[in-house]
Amino acid sequence: MRTDRLFVCAVVFVLSLALLPAARAALTIEIIGSGANQVPIAIVPFRAEEGLAQRVSPVTAADLARSGLFRLVDAGGVNPLPHEPEQINYPIWRARGADVMVIGSVSKLPDGRYDVRFRLMDVVKQTQLAGFVYFAREDNLRLVAHRIADMIYEKLTGDVGVFSTRITYVVKRGSRFELQVADADGYGAQTVLGSNEPIISPAWSPEGTRLAYVSFEQKKPVVYVQSLTTGARQAVANFWGSNSAPSWSPDGKRLAVVLTKDGGSQIYIINADGSGLTRLTHSLAIDTEPNFSPDGRHVIFTSDRGGSPQIYRVPVTGGQPERLTFEGGYNVTPRHSPDGRSFTFIQRSGGRFNVAVQDFTTRQVQVLSNGGLDESPSFAPNGRMILYASGARGRGVLAAVSSDGRVQQRLTADAGDVREPAWGPLLKQ
Amino acid sequence: MKRLLLSVWMLGVLAACGTAPTKEQEGAAVEDRKPTVGVPDAPKPKPKPDPGIATKPLVEKPVAVNPLTDPKSILSRRSVYFDYDSNLVKDEFKPMITAHAKYLQQNRSAKMRVEGNADERGSREYNLALGQRRADAVKQMMTLLGAAPDQVETVSFGEEKPRALGHDEAAWAENRRADMVYQGE
Repeated sequence: MRTDRLFVCAVVFVLSLALLPAARAALTIEIIGSGANQVPIAIVPFRAEEGLAQRVSPVTAADLARSGLFRLVDAGGVNPLPHEPEQINYPIWRARGADVMVIGSVSKLPDGRYDVRFRLMDVVKQTQLAGFVYFAREDNLRLVAHRIADMIYEKLTGDVGVFSTRITYVVKRGSRFELQVADADGYGAQTVLGSNEPIISPAWSPEGTRLAYVSFEQKKPVVYVQSLTTGARQAVANFWGSNSAPSWSPDGKRLAVVLTKDGGSQIYIINADGSGLTRLTHSLAIDTEPNFSPDGRHVIFTSDRGGSPQIYRVPVTGGQPERLTFEGGYNVTPRHSPDGRSFTFIQRSGGRFNVAVQDFTTRQVQVLSNGGLDESPSFAPNGRMILYASGARGRGVLAAVSSDGRVQQRLTADAGDVREPAWGPLLKQ
Repeated sequence: MKRLLLSVWMLGVLAACGTAPTKEQEGAAVEDRKPTVGVPDAPKPKPKPDPGIATKPLVEKPVAVNPLTDPKSILSRRSVYFDYDSNLVKDEFKPMITAHAKYLQQNRSAKMRVEGNADERGSREYNLALGQRRADAVKQMMTLLGAAPDQVETVSFGEEKPRALGHDEAAWAENRRADMVYQGE
């Protein structure tokens, strides 16, 4: 645990419903901490968005604030508000401390769609950094707002924005289990599978249109693949014994799964349609939680072959696994970073389970969370945040931490016990 | 006569009530038992010649008792408990596992699933594997004792279907368990 956490906990934003006026939130996001250098940004309310059921600029502002890398500069009291570059009185915004500002407008088109345009302006140099026009139906205005946030984020940080991505997780309400998919800000949650039996280990296909998961509806764990576009599902691993822990190959054609059909929990590779099974690991120990490397050449996994659960790496073609973790007696649930240079995992220390990251080259470990009961970490597709499950049993919440540990978010569901999150991939534009 | 019969019946009821149930019987379904009720202590009424009355002893119909569910049978016991992070089958469970192995040996058409469980601490998938290992340990013992491997499928529920819902050592101990379930149950 880093000792400067107390410092970064000083800044707390709570995104209230006032900021996000649209629908009732399925998840409320609380941010703790901030980036090392926050960009002061003024986001001016867009022209003609006031009367819309879904305003655009507050969603964009909330996205940027949630990242911890931006500080919102108040636009209140400026009259008239600028919507075009020539309307900007730069000294006012400079005096308020803004380095950059966002202006824009919304107008309804004859076909009922909306024209949404924005400009990102450099307040110091008084130049335009980016500008874009979107045409969207009213029910897509939130997505437009996320895409605008993505563009601003990318322009100012150099990293890809992930505000328009989605997450999946399992909610337990009473004895009912629901596999849900929501926007990365927790909005628009939809249940894609409901069951009276447990659902665990959801995993996004690389193109973001399918989920693999483990369902206990047949009174034993069976691996399914479900299309998010059609809802059709198929049991792809339903062998004698238990079937679990699916992980997609980066080309979306294969899955690594854990089967017990030959005795013990061992890792196999299977085609995404359930054909072509081959065995990857051969041990008398537990081998589980496989995760493909982004280049598709390796699988990292949890094994207790050395006497305690530790993380190993094996070529996808097979061979002798190499042990990767040595600190502590319980290191589990490894997941690659998108660039393949590091992996996140859960480390137990002193009876507490926390999110950690280890660099493949230096083998240096950094513990990032301090929830004590943290589980199921997964990287955002830009590698900047790690989503995980946290909180007391029976009332789990989702949380996220930046990969440098400075920014923490807490996503609270309005009801139920939330667990098993996974951050989805970047969607094709 | 009527009063006498009534008092005999009441004595019987009292005697029955005084019988402490054994631990295994706690919570078991109510069932018919042999009428041993209080008879030895009750005074026997003298037989009187009364042609209008005819008595007959109650005939016990032989009931086919399923040994798998008969609470008096060791086969009705199904749960094996384990220590933390352990799949070692403790000696106290060996007679029960032996009995199930013999049953499977004598009933080759019988099939069983052993469902392994784990307590809630740690990774869900790793706990699934720990539960599997417990189920496998029970199966291995049964196959050594005469059950055929294809009679016993081992599966795991991990920490997903806890019997005890608490978050303390007592609940965790209850959930570190493997259950034997016969096909059709």
